Amino acid sequence: MSSVSTSTRQRDVLGTSALRPDGGAKVQGSFAFSSDLWAENMLWGATLRSPHPYARIISIDTTAAWKIAGVETIITHEDVPGQLTYGLISSDQPVFAKDFVRYMGEPIAAVAADHPETCRRALAAIVVEYEVLTPLADGERALDPTVAPIHPDGNVIRELQIIRGDQSATGPIVVEGTYELGIQDQAFLGTEAALALPDHDGKGVDVYVATQWLHEDQKQMAACLNLPVDKVRLTLGGVGGAFGAREDISLQVHCALLALRTSRPIKMQYGREESFFGHVHRHPAKIWMRHHADADGRIIRVESRMLLDGGAYASTSSAVLTNAATHAQGPYKCDNATVYSYAVRTNNPPCGAMRGFGVVQACFAHESQMDKIAAAARISPVEVRLRNAMETGDLLITGQPVESVAPVARCIRETAALPMPDELSPTPDPLELPGGSGRTADRQHIKRGIGWGVSIKNIMYSEGFDDYSTARVTLQDGVVTLKFATSEVGQGFVTLAPQIARTVLGVDQILIDPMDTSIGSAGSTSASRQTWMSGGAVDGACRLVRERLFERVGQQHNIDPLRLAIDRTDVVDTMGDLRISVAEATLGQRFEETFEYHHRPTEDLDENGQGNCHVAFAFVAHRAVVDVDTELGLVKVVQVATAQDIGRALNPLSVVGQIEGGIAQGLGLAVMEEIIVDNGRVQNPSFTDYLLPTALDAPVVVASFVEEPDPQAPLGAKGVGEPPCISVTPAIVAAIRDATGKDLSRVPVRPYDICL
Amino acid sequence: MSEHEIYTLRINGDEHHVKDAWIGESLLYVLRERLGLPGAKGACEQGECGSCTVVLDGDAVCSCLVLAASAVGSEIATVEGLSPDGSLTDVQQAFIDEGAVQCGFCTPGLIMAVHHLLDHNTTPTELEVKEALSGNICRCTGYGRIFAAVDKVVSVRLGASQ
Amino acid sequence: MTVLLPTSLDEALQMLSEHPSADLLTGGTDLMVEVNFNHRKPTTVIALRQLAELHTWSIDQQTQRITIGAGVPYAEMEHGPLADALPCLAEAARTVGSPQIRAAGTLGGNLGTCSPAGDGLPVLSALDATIHLSSQSGSREISFHDFMTGPKRNARQPGEIITSVSMNIPTGWQGYAKVGVRNAMVISVASACLVIDSGSNSKDNDQPSVRIALGSVGPTIIRCRETENWWNNLPNAEKRSASVIQEFGVRAGQESRPIDDHRSTAEYRRHAISVLSSRLLHRGTQS
Repeated sequence: MSSVSTSTRQRDVLGTSALRPDGGAKVQGSFAFSSDLWAENMLWGATLRSPHPYARIISIDTTAAWKIAGVETIITHEDVPGQLTYGLISSDQPVFAKDFVRYMGEPIAAVAADHPETCRRALAAIVVEYEVLTPLADGERALDPTVAPIHPDGNVIRELQIIRGDQSATGPIVVEGTYELGIQDQAFLGTEAALALPDHDGKGVDVYVATQWLHEDQKQMAACLNLPVDKVRLTLGGVGGAFGAREDISLQVHCALLALRTSRPIKMQYGREESFFGHVHRHPAKIWMRHHADADGRIIRVESRMLLDGGAYASTSSAVLTNAATHAQGPYKCDNATVYSYAVRTNNPPCGAMRGFGVVQACFAHESQMDKIAAAARISPVEVRLRNAMETGDLLITGQPVESVAPVARCIRETAALPMPDELSPTPDPLELPGGSGRTADRQHIKRGIGWGVSIKNIMYSEGFDDYSTARVTLQDGVVTLKFATSEVGQGFVTLAPQIARTVLGVDQILIDPMDTSIGSAGSTSASRQTWMSGGAVDGACRLVRERLFERVGQQHNIDPLRLAIDRTDVVDTMGDLRISVAEATLGQRFEETFEYHHRPTEDLDENGQGNCHVAFAFVAHRAVVDVDTELGLVKVVQVATAQDIGRALNPLSVVGQIEGGIAQGLGLAVMEEIIVDNGRVQNPSFTDYLLPTALDAPVVVASFVEEPDPQAPLGAKGVGEPPCISVTPAIVAAIRDATGKDLSRVPVRPYDICL
Repeated sequence: MSEHEIYTLRINGDEHHVKDAWIGESLLYVLRERLGLPGAKGACEQGECGSCTVVLDGDAVCSCLVLAASAVGSEIATVEGLSPDGSLTDVQQAFIDEGAVQCGFCTPGLIMAVHHLLDHNTTPTELEVKEALSGNICRCTGYGRIFAAVDKVVSVRLGASQ
Repeated sequence: MTVLLPTSLDEALQMLSEHPSADLLTGGTDLMVEVNFNHRKPTTVIALRQLAELHTWSIDQQTQRITIGAGVPYAEMEHGPLADALPCLAEAARTVGSPQIRAAGTLGGNLGTCSPAGDGLPVLSALDATIHLSSQSGSREISFHDFMTGPKRNARQPGEIITSVSMNIPTGWQGYAKVGVRNAMVISVASACLVIDSGSNSKDNDQPSVRIALGSVGPTIIRCRETENWWNNLPNAEKRSASVIQEFGVRAGQESRPIDDHRSTAEYRRHAISVLSSRLLHRGTQS
């Protein structure tokens, strides 16, 4: 029998709410975000952007700009040494526009100068002659083959159909609707920033940048800079939020190229307005859906036509489309599907990854539909969802069995069991009412509504992509050092990784090396994948180290390593008396292992959209309570209750943070966030008119964790980042419908949608 | 004052000389780029996000909207002044303990706003807290853990004073 | 660019007479946004924030006339005796931007910018405020109604500084409401300030009269004089009826001249004005 540890001190292992290791620096303002970086002798870089959504470039004249004192260099497409275009899936986006500009804000040139003010003057002095063209601004027209292509790759980025089962299956209940979503922006607070340091020989560059995927940036940059990959060394600069907007290249190539040209460090930083133009947004969509159901409200067939406007360049539109189309059925049993989906190219702002990645759009449609089915079947919104709830092993409309645990009914029931908020007081404080300090309403003007939304979301990448993550773990003299390239964007991987090491290796002191390209890729911080993938990599490397440690201890003490285990901070013989602290066991020893975690393979979809294209799934239910001033159309989201399928809470505090933060973003999409575009022109690139939820807009969030460990997941935990922002949006809209009786079919809901 | 005069700002009790500055620079820019005080962050340049919050003559203001040269003669407090020797204030510690920090970009501005609130109101109601923080945008947390951090500080301070 | 830091109003006026096209800076909540976005490159800025003469307010108890210095920040209008005297101004002040903006923004700034969306301006209109200006050559007064001449245009002459506003404290109810899409930090989509003067001192001869001014729904702040006259001339017994209150709103909406823009539509703004006006009148006639 084994001995017993006498220590009872709580350790920050998996399952505890361990605190962030970078918290101290962040609360003191000493944490180095990319925009805080600085180098001796540095210059500032800035970008010239197109004012037109679509134009032919006739000439670019930089002569006057070169003459401005303090300007070191100016670059255009002519100065790109390697590949002129880049892109995450297809390389269709120019580093600098050459013959055409295809969206308002497209980069045309960049300058390096001694002060941001000099940069501004230089940009203003560059003369670009345009032949302004009529923008293609209507996604439907982009599908018309007689409309001239605005890009050599054509106006249709991807078409995807999902045809499964009986194509004429129908039932006594047939309900349909056309649902629209406006463009949402990720609006991370820490705007784009990078610092590039050229090598002395000009044959390489170090770049510190806030990004979601160091290695993907590195790959694209190397191609454009015409440098070997190992000469483009990226280090993660502190990231002020991402939410998908940092998956695509923004300033990386520009900054590095300016550095190589000037042989000086270059700092680039976007202001808020430029940031709105500098990254991709969430796809606006128009989704027609028709459900056929039996008299009890059970789905027989789903039909859908989805149109996602990808804007000027392809980015990740084709993958977003896969998600939207394959999630058309929602978290519900469905045997028959007829789905046609399109991602198109227009001269609207380029769209790509944003938290939820296509599922947000599909979910708004299918949840709006579920309430229509409920009404036709004369059952409640909860009942219709319970009746259709997916279970583990059910098939998606792609034919893929959902092998992840699918506790959909449990999520719904637990959400329903969460307490409702108090009734609105008869004498409420104005701040409690819609309209807030604007004092627009009195108590009698307010109606309360309740609405539901439930969602399925795929975790990780899809369609045969061999995604992986790498981690290296070193254990020496009782201290563990972790090395990975995982982008910490605020989600807390830097908190989780040490928790893993503490659990597996019995060591409390964990150091984290800088995240950079000197180790293998960790993949992107997106798709709710890092806990699974990078957590799996750290866990895998720790286990290998532990194996080496046990071999060593076994050898030293003549014990079969299979008998050894970690108990708190000790190595113990589970069948004997040996107990030796890990610190002592590793004194003068060094164990180092690198592990590359891959998930199981996925498949492409065939021409009918059939195939096991996703890795795993997570589920969530949301119930929203809103107060509405029905005459003015103003909304206050009072409470959101949610039960989320998380597999296992590795850090409960972090999970709550993701839930509350995701709900706020979903609330934003429901009632206030939209990039307004008129004929390709962005109307509101500022926080004055792109409204984010404030402290007075945040609802009370009541959350319950549904913990059914996923046997596939390396730590039993599913990703938690995206589900919170997905079904909360339709839940809020459903609540507004409940309060007003209005048949709302668009998000964000505007006041005049409610009251006029 | 004109373009290249040196002017002096009093920040966290110390005198800082600003030289070689373009006179139109905001206080935010001067703090970050001239004086080595990058705690205040810029996220909107128009007073709509609160990331740049500092305390100027006792008022919590957006430093992006303060013309630096016009702040001569004023008392300026930044987040760096809260913990000069590295020990955290109770507000800072509560933000860490309650999970109110994710990416951290809004955090310095919020810490300043919370300190300012509690310096003027030792027992704020829930709505008073929300209104006081309504000028500080957080995109990561949804504010729930931030409110929890403020509640924690208030209850500990009240307990300590009894 | 030059920044001047006067320590007295006289010094400021002297500097302004030497640099008549200088920009005047107090809270910076408008000017600095323009500078940050490179829309404005001032050559001379005269900073007024430290001027004590502008940062004061007073009530003449005899005349019940209140004078508020152009440098008093909105945050100081939200609470205390100033708020007690002018609750509609306190309510408007509370809706300005954020707490940080309210600590810096002033009525002087609102008047200097003269945007139809300026939150304090409907209050000045409804209260028939007088704007006081000083220059090296003296002082003058001008009614708010003559001061605001168009969107972001006013009657301030080069060399003049807005020093204060003054108005009579209304004898009856006063209130303010502003529509925005979220619950804090909003640019007004539509706003209204309504004050009631209770008329004679005798309750039997009670002849309330109303004043209502609208913001964000026209090139200037709109005083709804036709609506006011209609209501003021109604028999007193009818003034409080539900149908009259409803019609009041409709009429106020008809006097508005809103436009479509990316923030909202003309139709919604007109509708919002109708609703706000009715609700304000209802509140005002309940008490």
